[in-house]
Amino acid sequence: MDILIYILIYGIINSFSLALWAIGFTLVYGISRLPNFAHGALYVITGFLVWWFLNKLHLNYFVAIPLALVLMGVVGAAIYRFVLIRVRGMATSEIIATYALGLAVLEFLRWRGYRGMTYTLPVFFEGSRNIGGVPVDLQRIIVIGIGIVVVCFMWLFTHFNKTGLALRGMAQDEHAAMMLGIDSDWMAVIAMGMGSILAGLSAIALLPLGNIVVEAGYSVLILSIAVCIVGGLGSWVGAILAAFIIGFLQIIAAYIQSHFQMVVALLAIIITLILRPSGLFGRQKELEERV
Amino acid sequence: MDKVERRKERLDRGIKVRTEGIYAVSSLQEVSYLVLPRLVLIVGLLILPFLMPNLYWNSVICTVGIYALLALGFDFLAHFVGLVSLGGAFFIGVGGYTAAILNKSLGLSPVFTIPMATLGGAIICTLLLLPALPLRGVYFAIVTLMYPLALKEIIVALNILGGTDGILGVAGFPNIWIEQYLIILIVIFALFGLRRLVNEDIGLVFRGVKDNDQSVRASGLSITLYKAIAVFIASGLGSLGGAYLSHKHMWSGISQFALDFSVLPIAATVIGGGGTLVGPVLGCFFLVPISEFLRAFGTLRIVFYSVILTAFIMFRSEGFMVYAQRKYHQFQRWVKV
Repeated sequence: MDILIYILIYGIINSFSLALWAIGFTLVYGISRLPNFAHGALYVITGFLVWWFLNKLHLNYFVAIPLALVLMGVVGAAIYRFVLIRVRGMATSEIIATYALGLAVLEFLRWRGYRGMTYTLPVFFEGSRNIGGVPVDLQRIIVIGIGIVVVCFMWLFTHFNKTGLALRGMAQDEHAAMMLGIDSDWMAVIAMGMGSILAGLSAIALLPLGNIVVEAGYSVLILSIAVCIVGGLGSWVGAILAAFIIGFLQIIAAYIQSHFQMVVALLAIIITLILRPSGLFGRQKELEERV
Repeated sequence: MDKVERRKERLDRGIKVRTEGIYAVSSLQEVSYLVLPRLVLIVGLLILPFLMPNLYWNSVICTVGIYALLALGFDFLAHFVGLVSLGGAFFIGVGGYTAAILNKSLGLSPVFTIPMATLGGAIICTLLLLPALPLRGVYFAIVTLMYPLALKEIIVALNILGGTDGILGVAGFPNIWIEQYLIILIVIFALFGLRRLVNEDIGLVFRGVKDNDQSVRASGLSITLYKAIAVFIASGLGSLGGAYLSHKHMWSGISQFALDFSVLPIAATVIGGGGTLVGPVLGCFFLVPISEFLRAFGTLRIVFYSVILTAFIMFRSEGFMVYAQRKYHQFQRWVKV
């Protein structure tokens, strides 16, 4: 019985972590069709940036976090403005260019030897609560709260805000969107900027749970792709459902053997792409993806 | 300054047009126009082992050869069949493990294990990728990127095939010269073989699959069959590299699924010039030695390729060989519009 409660509680927490990781990637790739394979690198950079602000510049926590988020937004916009704009429309080049950028940043950080116990972010609140006999850190409960707020905000943003609607329009039919006066490059800058801020936000919420490690960059990227693909492009419902499916499967798999956590995510990507390339709830461009 | 509208006009050289037909044998000049570039490449590759200063660089040549096979496979799949495969490490790993298992459990010598692993690896890779073949573009790329990662995690999780230690004690090659010439001859054979293949009828079908698969279908040909043949060829090249790698290092392990095998061939193709087949091979001869020089800096070398790769994709996406071939075959002049 304890095991069931354990799986239930940690499954929910893990699902919201996945949703937080993936939401920036989903916004950029799923909604605007820009594959940002530097997503994991942006996540790790935010962690180190906040750490540097707090421990080297001795900034206040509430100054450091907004400053880091704004900087990430600028970095994301700059990646589009200086790199992606040159290869726009060539999907493979977009992937290779952003992936290479992310790889360069992560491997540079690894080379400088940023690892170990010193690199940790403070939690929002210390302490833990018992839920049904299972101890849960307060930080993990906050993660659920942030996850719900962010998901709701993004759904409202892309359904009831002019900019958000324009972003979706771009994904559905770029030419029609441009005819209606939507500036395609400007929208892409906004999407990349917001995606990077969301990557940063997930780092601030989730990194206090452990050390900041470079390897997280790769696993965050893979998990984000997994959620985005399983859920289907351009569908928030699908992304949330996918986060829950993968999140619970991971916790169950980890209960059997901890190495299976990543296998589950990878198999989910492979199986979904083979059986239903447009994902569980994807309705966009179904025909173009598959013969 | 008066504004005169001008544009560059490119025209084929006369000698290029002549050498396309029977006039190629009309004089020594035409013959050498055709033969010289190929001869320079072949002779250059064959004397390369003698120019190396020490044993360490001789072994680097072998590594270059493995990457060259992968890069050939990548270029063939991406630019002639339209399948962008990011799973070079998958082919290497499957070939490497197959050769190691054949050698260890059946006691076969490398003379048998390398061909068997090439064929077996190609069959295994093609069967595993078969369900993914209807996918296009980015989707195929993501699936192929995930395969080596998944296989590596499965091997670690289930602790099969030697787990994290890998399979030790695989038979090695008798000496470094056999080792080098074996891979150099394989690369030359694969390069010219593939060039021949893409100019045959089947090459035309491959290009049809890339450019307009519906028209291939309308001609009554199965797209999946031709994609499977192409994947079989490319994964055969990769598995051959993997089998060779296992015997070279006398070891097969999960590091054969490392990202290097997926990333470096792509970088070599981008730098060397996609769609030329020879470009990726030259790209490997440029990139792998650089990464050996940078070995002392650890992971900084990955930073280095990534930066080169990004810069080439952004500013010079045609690559070196496309540029060189254009200069060799064509001249250009300014004309008024």
